Amino acid sequence: MSNDVLTNNGKLPAEKAVGKSAAMTEKLYQLGVLLSLLLLCAVMTALSPRFLTMDNLMNVASQAAVSAIVSIGMFLAILTAGIDLSVGSVLALSAMMMGIASDRWGLGPYASILVCLGSGALLGLVNGLLLTKLRLPHPFISTLGMQKMARGIALFVTAAAPISMFPDEIQYLGNNSIGQVPVSFILVAILYVGMYFFLTRTSTGRYIYAVGGNKEAARLSGIKVNSILNLVYTISGLTAALAGLVLAGRVNAVYPLAGLDYETDAIAAVIIGGASFFGGVGSIANTIIGVLLIAVLRNGLNLLNVDSAFQTFAIGAVIVVAVAVDVLRQNVMKSGR
Amino acid sequence: MVADGILLKVKGLTKKFPGVVALDGVDIEARAGEIHGICGENGAGKSTLIKMLTGAHTPDSGTIEFDGVTYTSLDPRRAMGVGIGCIYQELNLIPHLTVAENIFLGREMYLAESLNILDRGQMNAKAAELLADLGLAVSPTARLGTLGVGHQQMIEICRAVWSNAKLIIMDEPTSSLSEKEAHDLFRVMAQMKARGVAILFISHRLDEVRDNCDTVTVMRDGRSIESFAMKERSVADIIQLMVGRSIQNKYPKEPAPQGDVILSVRNLNRKGVLRDISFDLRAGEVLGFAGLVGAGRTETARAITGADPYDSGSIEVSGKPVKIRQPLDSINAGIAFLTENRKEQGLILIQSVAFNATIVKMHKYGKAGWLSLGRIKETARKVCAEMRLKTSGMDMLVGKLSGGNQQKVVIAKWLLSNAKIFIFDEPTRGIDVGAKVEVYKLINQLVANGAGVIIICSEMEEVMGMADRILVMHEGEITGEMTQQDATQEKIMYAASGFKQAS
Ligand SMILES: Nc1ncnc2c1ncn2[C@@H]1O[C@H](COP(=O)(O)OP(=O)(O)OP(=O)(O)O)[C@@H](O)[C@H]1O
Ligand SMILES: [Mg+2]
Repeated sequence: MSNDVLTNNGKLPAEKAVGKSAAMTEKLYQLGVLLSLLLLCAVMTALSPRFLTMDNLMNVASQAAVSAIVSIGMFLAILTAGIDLSVGSVLALSAMMMGIASDRWGLGPYASILVCLGSGALLGLVNGLLLTKLRLPHPFISTLGMQKMARGIALFVTAAAPISMFPDEIQYLGNNSIGQVPVSFILVAILYVGMYFFLTRTSTGRYIYAVGGNKEAARLSGIKVNSILNLVYTISGLTAALAGLVLAGRVNAVYPLAGLDYETDAIAAVIIGGASFFGGVGSIANTIIGVLLIAVLRNGLNLLNVDSAFQTFAIGAVIVVAVAVDVLRQNVMKSGR
Repeated sequence: MVADGILLKVKGLTKKFPGVVALDGVDIEARAGEIHGICGENGAGKSTLIKMLTGAHTPDSGTIEFDGVTYTSLDPRRAMGVGIGCIYQELNLIPHLTVAENIFLGREMYLAESLNILDRGQMNAKAAELLADLGLAVSPTARLGTLGVGHQQMIEICRAVWSNAKLIIMDEPTSSLSEKEAHDLFRVMAQMKARGVAILFISHRLDEVRDNCDTVTVMRDGRSIESFAMKERSVADIIQLMVGRSIQNKYPKEPAPQGDVILSVRNLNRKGVLRDISFDLRAGEVLGFAGLVGAGRTETARAITGADPYDSGSIEVSGKPVKIRQPLDSINAGIAFLTENRKEQGLILIQSVAFNATIVKMHKYGKAGWLSLGRIKETARKVCAEMRLKTSGMDMLVGKLSGGNQQKVVIAKWLLSNAKIFIFDEPTRGIDVGAKVEVYKLINQLVANGAGVIIICSEMEEVMGMADRILVMHEGEITGEMTQQDATQEKIMYAASGFKQAS
């Protein structure tokens, strides 16, 4: 732009000026979470000689794998300032549908897997549509409804009986290793790396952040907010189903009460990972740290023979602390305005 | 009371943010019973200074002496307690509550205080009185959210009036008011001044400063440059001090050759909001929409751009009918809509400058769905440099920019949308004199390149200065049309009050 009226005293200051406050607080927070994880591991190692054994670590990791996959969908939902309370039930129902497809309908293993993933995606899409088409006030309501409905159907379809003995293909993800490395790890790694790039390097991914940050501004900028929300809940259903597939493979069975309370761990992991309940802020890379933190905590308490009542309490306390920290961080950011 | 009636004495106030020195040793004195203007470019530190006084921020160093007591920092409760009231640049009200509830929020009247029983009747009556004082035709029991921005702002002012503050701070209170509302405000300000209240008044409308302020302090780059009695200086002096040199032409209008009709709106209706809106916009034309706040100008723009639905009517872009059901449709048709309310509708405050600038059709900054972050930053950097955005970098969160610089990001975002029709709703709200001229030149440049521009502005001088043709609206209808040559303030006012033009 030509500039004959004014002196150029509005020029851009040097780009790499001192610190970038927001990015800095974010980084510090991430570092804090990572340190907490390492600290927790150190404490567990000191308290229990069994913690730092290969067997145990594999055990932690395979439990973490299921939770890690569920947490992807939860992360997306929370990123849009929403929530998905139905992930545990969707996991169970999708897995039951796979069991029925394989056991009763006599479908082949791959077709059964497709039934599983398809069911999850469909249930997720319904969650999305309840929000965008029926305009239920908050996904808290719609996904709470779905949580109960999906669990009810899962119990109903086999009169609450489990189904077991699956072909190898179905068990593959949950039960096999490539060399020393369980296939489920590799799956988690691929999913997280893929999701990271999806969120940071595609316009759809960026739009998810935009919708979470300010729905109205996003809409007026030409973003199809409803499509984005439908997509997010569909992905959440899909990842829940995938987690169901992995779980089914690991225990070689599907049962209607699978995944009970998984939404709690997933929410905790996502929030500990620094995503904000207010939406629009968070990184998938930190979610995995949150997942590991919860998994180590549960495993450690198990090793120490801590009463399960106290375990439940501990997870609750961790959530409260994480949310309190979230609110504090929001205040720090707001006071900047 | 303090010697010489000095109520507020700020000395050496300093505040650093990472990468920016927002305040750098600011001195300022305000007397009881005076209106003290604070002027400065976008990002000069005016709002930051205010936030120190209201306790929203803590200064790094310096002192604030108020009513004889010296503080090194204040917190919001204490500031309110000692009598510092503030009207923020952005509204801080609760849309679900009624007007009266908002006015008395935190300072309610009780029938029985100990039992916590509110005296709604008295609050509503008192609110009605305050509203009448401001010449505001609003019911105290109306829900705040149903009022327009202008009216909501007036409610904030009622709140401050009611708080009986000794010092009232107003950070760009008139930026969202119509001229009539602004006049009401100045009348009330004069009343408060007569009662011995000191007022700190921040505005980018320098004629308001000239007409209403007794004393003016000019800030630049976080420093207080000079304070003086307004009657000894002129607006030109203020500009000189603010930007370092003078601006000859406030409205550097350069008419462009007009081409074909690129936007044609026929009989647009929306029940209770718009009636039979019809007009054409030509390539190369700047079409101004004038009218009072609430006349339906923003609503017209929202209907055309799919932000709101409309009941009937047709829209043609470059001779082709377009169906617009959502904002994306209008963006695809080549229409850019710069909303008036940047915080709620224009920006994602928790995202970076680069993100916000490139959000429209972001997919075009990549190949096969894969974004090039380098290109996004580079594109943003270029357009922001053109707009002379004051930021510590493309990664800075938009929420941390000064108000005027946020507005520039909104403009940048739409410049990058490849539109050929631009609808600017209050494009210069909150931006400084220098930046205003830049925006006007940008509009010149757009029309010179064959775009059509619609500007909606409440400042009559601005429409008359920049528009080739002016449409005047009143209660959802177009009540007047005139060319730039024919337009006079009287004609516009006449049509804006609902008298249809005979022609
Ligand atoms: N929380 C923050 N973090 C970082 N920088 C900030 C923060 N708040 C303000 N700033 C910076 O401080 C400077 C002064 O901002 P301020 O809002 O006081 O300007 P202003 O004079 O009110 O401008 P305007 O006329 O545009 O409202 C700006 O460069 C702004 O980006
Ligand atoms: Mg400001």
